[in-house]
Amino acid sequence: MNVVFLGATRGMGRALARQMAERGDGLFLLGRAADELERSARDLDARGAAGPVGTARCDLEVPEGFGAALDAAVDAFAGAGGLGVVVVTAGVFATQDALEDDPALLERMLRVNFANTVLFCEAARARLLEAGGGTLCVFSSVAGERGRRTVVLYGASKAGLSRYLEGLDHRYRGRGLRVVTVKPGFVRTDMTEGLDAPPFAGEPGPVAARVLRAIDRGAPVVYAPAPWAAVMAVIRRLPRAVMRRVRF
Amino acid sequence: MPGVRRKARGTLEGWGRQSVAGSEVRSEDLVRATRDAPLSRGLGRSYGDASLPPPGAPRAVNTTRADRILAFDERTGRLRAEAGLSLFELNRVLMPRGWFTPVTPGTQFVTLGGMVAADIHGKNQHAAGDFGDHVTALRMRVADGRVLECRPTLEPELFAATLGGMGLTGHILEVEAQWERIPSPWIHQYSRRIDDLDAFQQALVDAAADWPFTVGWIDSTTRGAHLGRGVLMCGRWAEPSEAPARFPRSTLRARLPVDLPGWALGRTSVRAFNELYYWRHWRREAEGLVRPEAFFYPLDALRDWNRAYGPRGFTQYQCVLPHEAGPSSARRLMEVLTSRGGASFLTVIKDFGREGPGLLSFPRPGITLALDIPVRDDTQALVDALNETVLDAGGRIYLAKDAFTRREHFRAMEAERLPAFEAVRDAWDPSRRLRSALSVRLFGDPA
Repeated sequence: MNVVFLGATRGMGRALARQMAERGDGLFLLGRAADELERSARDLDARGAAGPVGTARCDLEVPEGFGAALDAAVDAFAGAGGLGVVVVTAGVFATQDALEDDPALLERMLRVNFANTVLFCEAARARLLEAGGGTLCVFSSVAGERGRRTVVLYGASKAGLSRYLEGLDHRYRGRGLRVVTVKPGFVRTDMTEGLDAPPFAGEPGPVAARVLRAIDRGAPVVYAPAPWAAVMAVIRRLPRAVMRRVRF
Repeated sequence: MPGVRRKARGTLEGWGRQSVAGSEVRSEDLVRATRDAPLSRGLGRSYGDASLPPPGAPRAVNTTRADRILAFDERTGRLRAEAGLSLFELNRVLMPRGWFTPVTPGTQFVTLGGMVAADIHGKNQHAAGDFGDHVTALRMRVADGRVLECRPTLEPELFAATLGGMGLTGHILEVEAQWERIPSPWIHQYSRRIDDLDAFQQALVDAAADWPFTVGWIDSTTRGAHLGRGVLMCGRWAEPSEAPARFPRSTLRARLPVDLPGWALGRTSVRAFNELYYWRHWRREAEGLVRPEAFFYPLDALRDWNRAYGPRGFTQYQCVLPHEAGPSSARRLMEVLTSRGGASFLTVIKDFGREGPGLLSFPRPGITLALDIPVRDDTQALVDALNETVLDAGGRIYLAKDAFTRREHFRAMEAERLPAFEAVRDAWDPSRRLRSALSVRLFGDPA
């Protein structure tokens, strides 16, 4: 399959893109830094991606560039089977304390994680539908499942994103667009470096394998690492009075 | 990717399990992370304190997330990658395509940066030299903050000092090296029982002419006439005509889930293991195809095997004894071990063919012995005695293994080479911002 990837240079995105490359998928990378894109593209080439991995600049803070970046990918896959999958792992993370202390950071996080990610997905959705359908896979977070005292702001941005993706899946699945919402729990990456890892913390490789299976099956929601599915099943059902007392 | 087991908070340990206070920061972005850091470390497979930070700057950079292949030329085998990429991953990706590292250590859970910093050697040292002999370029962050490229013709002193320089000349960010084409992914192995240590040294030299890979295991518990009896193993890559068409299956890697108690590898069990290992080779000679994993990385089959030594851990003592000192010097070394009641669980012997390429590379022509010694109250005295034997023979020790050597012994062994290495550090890092627990202990760097 041919995949456009926003966020393949780092963390879970890097791991997922590698697993796609190793089974011979075609890849086109979008991202902010040209040299980073280039380094990751060559890594994916070496690991077996179909054809040379293309790149184009695309910054989640600059929505004006989304259309052109996606069009570059569509062009690159023309004649090679066309666009099939769009993956978005990019986003902004900061701790609750940091976001409370810095309104500019908060504004940026909300804009990038919600408004701009939705805008990017809208642009991707239009192109996938034009190609006759496909899969849109977006990394949200378990942080958006309930209002939690430790991730109020980041969680709110991801809650909004998850609801959008859920609606999108309902609206367009009949026309061949499958939306896969990924809800990672704690995964050890540069994004979480320095934070205390809770139980069931995972590594990017196994998380990516689980996400890839979900993309192949078109599963609408995937929790990863696997134990988080059970953890969140409990947390979703906790009464509000209990949620108020829990410390995480 | 099999990584490093999580340690008690606030401490870092080497593979031999002795720990220091310290922490590590993992980052995909080595250029950023190495700014102001005293040391980079990879998968922590050096046995002693080579990968541990000094007391005065206890935060090291862990490179294992910087793991991208930046270029691989399928026609020539030229590889360039970020320094934290592991040999395990490289073998996984490149072996099915017919490429293998020109030199491999006894574990694949090492990073490229670590292979350069220790200038690792393998079973083909007599034929292929060290890993450093196949490194064509390095990208480094040096002590003054600059990021630069060096190769044999560009900043040659820095390049030579970095091969085997234990990370003390700069942070290794990227490694470019020449990979080797293999005719099949199988090893043709020949093995033979050997009766004593003198015969063993001769057998290694004889086998070197016919086999690209040679190594010996010796029973360290036998004394007298049979001291140093063991099993010689030789190998070469199998030709396509003699190898199975299928790719060798990777064995499941079991993990040792707990620390065994300190007495688990006591004298009796070590003796029993060595006896069993010797007689398992009940035929005098054996020959056949084996998986490369079984041939090169037998110990990788049990992850975290270092926990078998209990909480006090163990030390691996590896030295090289020059050929000029004669075959009796290896016998003297083994006698020092056995006369002090020391027993090595696993003892490895191998001949080296040539001097390594780095200013402080470990290999030189001679016989190398590696002893695994559980840490006891008398370990320091035992290592002192072994070091005096090595000094008498004009030999040296392997810094990637060492944990107990005294500074005066190290300086005496390296009296000829150390000034040139320290001169490079004086030029690039006069205030010794880059240092490690090992360099404080052996080089006299500021803590």
